[in-house]
Amino acid sequence: MSSTALHDLGVAQLAAALRGGQVSAVEAARHFLARARSHQHLGAYVALNEDATLAQAREQDASIAAGTAAPLAGVPIAHKDIFVTRDFPTTAASRMLAGYRSPFDATVVARLAGAGCVTLGKLNCDEFAMGGTNENSAVAPVGFDAPQPVRNPWDGARVPGGSSGGSAAAVAARLAPAVTGTDTGGSIRQPASFCGVTGIKPTYGRASRYGMIAFASSLDQAGPMARSAEDCALLLSAMCGPDPDRDSTSLDRPAEDFGRALGDSLEGLRIGVPAEFFGEGLAADVHAAVDAALKEYEKLGARLVPITLPRTDLSVPVYYILAPAEASSNLSRFDGVRYGYRASQYSDLLDMYKKTRAQGFGDEVKRRIMIGTYVLSEGYYDAYYLQAQKLRRMIADDFQQAFKECDLIAGPVAPTTAWRLGSQNDPVANYLADIYTLPASLAGLPGMSVPAGFGEGGLPVGLQLIGNYFQEARLLNAAHRLQQATDFHLRAPEGI
Amino acid sequence: MALTPQDIGRIAHLARLELSPAESERMLTQLNGFFGIVEKMRAVDTGGIAPLPHPVAAIQDVHLRLRDDVASEPDQREANQQSAPAVERGLFLVPRVIE
Repeated sequence: MSSTALHDLGVAQLAAALRGGQVSAVEAARHFLARARSHQHLGAYVALNEDATLAQAREQDASIAAGTAAPLAGVPIAHKDIFVTRDFPTTAASRMLAGYRSPFDATVVARLAGAGCVTLGKLNCDEFAMGGTNENSAVAPVGFDAPQPVRNPWDGARVPGGSSGGSAAAVAARLAPAVTGTDTGGSIRQPASFCGVTGIKPTYGRASRYGMIAFASSLDQAGPMARSAEDCALLLSAMCGPDPDRDSTSLDRPAEDFGRALGDSLEGLRIGVPAEFFGEGLAADVHAAVDAALKEYEKLGARLVPITLPRTDLSVPVYYILAPAEASSNLSRFDGVRYGYRASQYSDLLDMYKKTRAQGFGDEVKRRIMIGTYVLSEGYYDAYYLQAQKLRRMIADDFQQAFKECDLIAGPVAPTTAWRLGSQNDPVANYLADIYTLPASLAGLPGMSVPAGFGEGGLPVGLQLIGNYFQEARLLNAAHRLQQATDFHLRAPEGI
Repeated sequence: MALTPQDIGRIAHLARLELSPAESERMLTQLNGFFGIVEKMRAVDTGGIAPLPHPVAAIQDVHLRLRDDVASEPDQREANQQSAPAVERGLFLVPRVIE
């Protein structure tokens, strides 16, 4: 097999080629490592360790030769730098963890390695996964001496989205056939939409959070990103499963084959279209691409059902109370004592904490810690945190009401396509751009972004699909059928 | 209700964050902008609604799981301390707190 074609293969095709002996795991690893280097101007990778990658690849080649290969033997993967890894540094894109080495692998990383995946390296993201542009990264990508924003492969002057921006950019630029991301309020779906790749966030509790550096524990979920829904199904099946001893919120549900429904007919499928997702603020080009995708579903036999999610606009304040509250608690562990950064000058212990955290955290992280600390402080807890948790139940109940009339929900992922680097100066106004991804996050529902076409300037537009709890297989099939009828997910940015 | 510079100072202290005067000023403006967005949430009647801490509890009982209180991990002190800023004889070093 010619090595130039390797990076155009999806996970399923690559796994078959590896097992069939057309390509070795070492060849595949070398090919993608070379691409990571030759495209380092995109800023997608923050850590490579070629020796470790090739050692893993040799092990997979041995298992293939011995006939004991796992399903994804030799498939290269790169992980968002939120997952801790033994063989690579882990920073969460923060100065606070510069130089940190984890003594263990995250469960998701270990499960994918167990399925045969070979780790290429770590991917850039917003600091502690807080942000929607990847401009909040405080670490230097591979090939740079200073922090650089990740560039969108479709237009280098634009953001890749966030927080899993390096992950989405790596898939779009063919620097990895498969990557992991994490989604707290849309951090898989929005960058997948901005970069024209496929990504899924499973039901909350499906994937273990052990070794995933915590941002907001009641919302954080890991998920895969790749070019197709078929590839995402393979990866998600390997990632998910109970982890009862290490993650107290991991659900006691056995691992599943999420690809089992791929190919099922969509005849009679009821797709709910929430009015609130198509209101003021939705850009015309995004609206048009989403409408075209919905029409495609009608051609495939699905029926569009108008539904309402009446508290959609409240999801912004509810999320931005709950997530910072949990973040302020989770991030209190970064105090300069047990790991990571410590300020060099201080007068006493309290001063050491304050200076360490002032110097170690970036602006967005500090802002969220401040919001979270305030809403949890004495006298304000009921008015903010508890009120937000009650509204969270109302938002989740609205979905259950809607799912009485439909089988899945479709709409835009984000109000616009990828915006220009440095163009969003008001961080708080920026929170409003998360409006379409936050409701499913708060309800803990599985959600996807599927390439649905292109808007102005040839920028990708994603279609969001939201399923009811544990309906990942149905969701992936709906995405798969759209991808059999369209070729948006196969298109590559110019020059890639 | 707008936050005051004193509020910012108090919150920063609780959060163990040292803020420069310029940062405090910026934070005050941004947080007041943020709580403007939040006001509409406070006005909603949530009487009789139970808070939702684990999202899947919206459809099924989810119990916080506790494991048996037994040591399950091997001693990994060295590995766990490899990224510590200051360690001596297996102990984390901090500035003197007891005179």
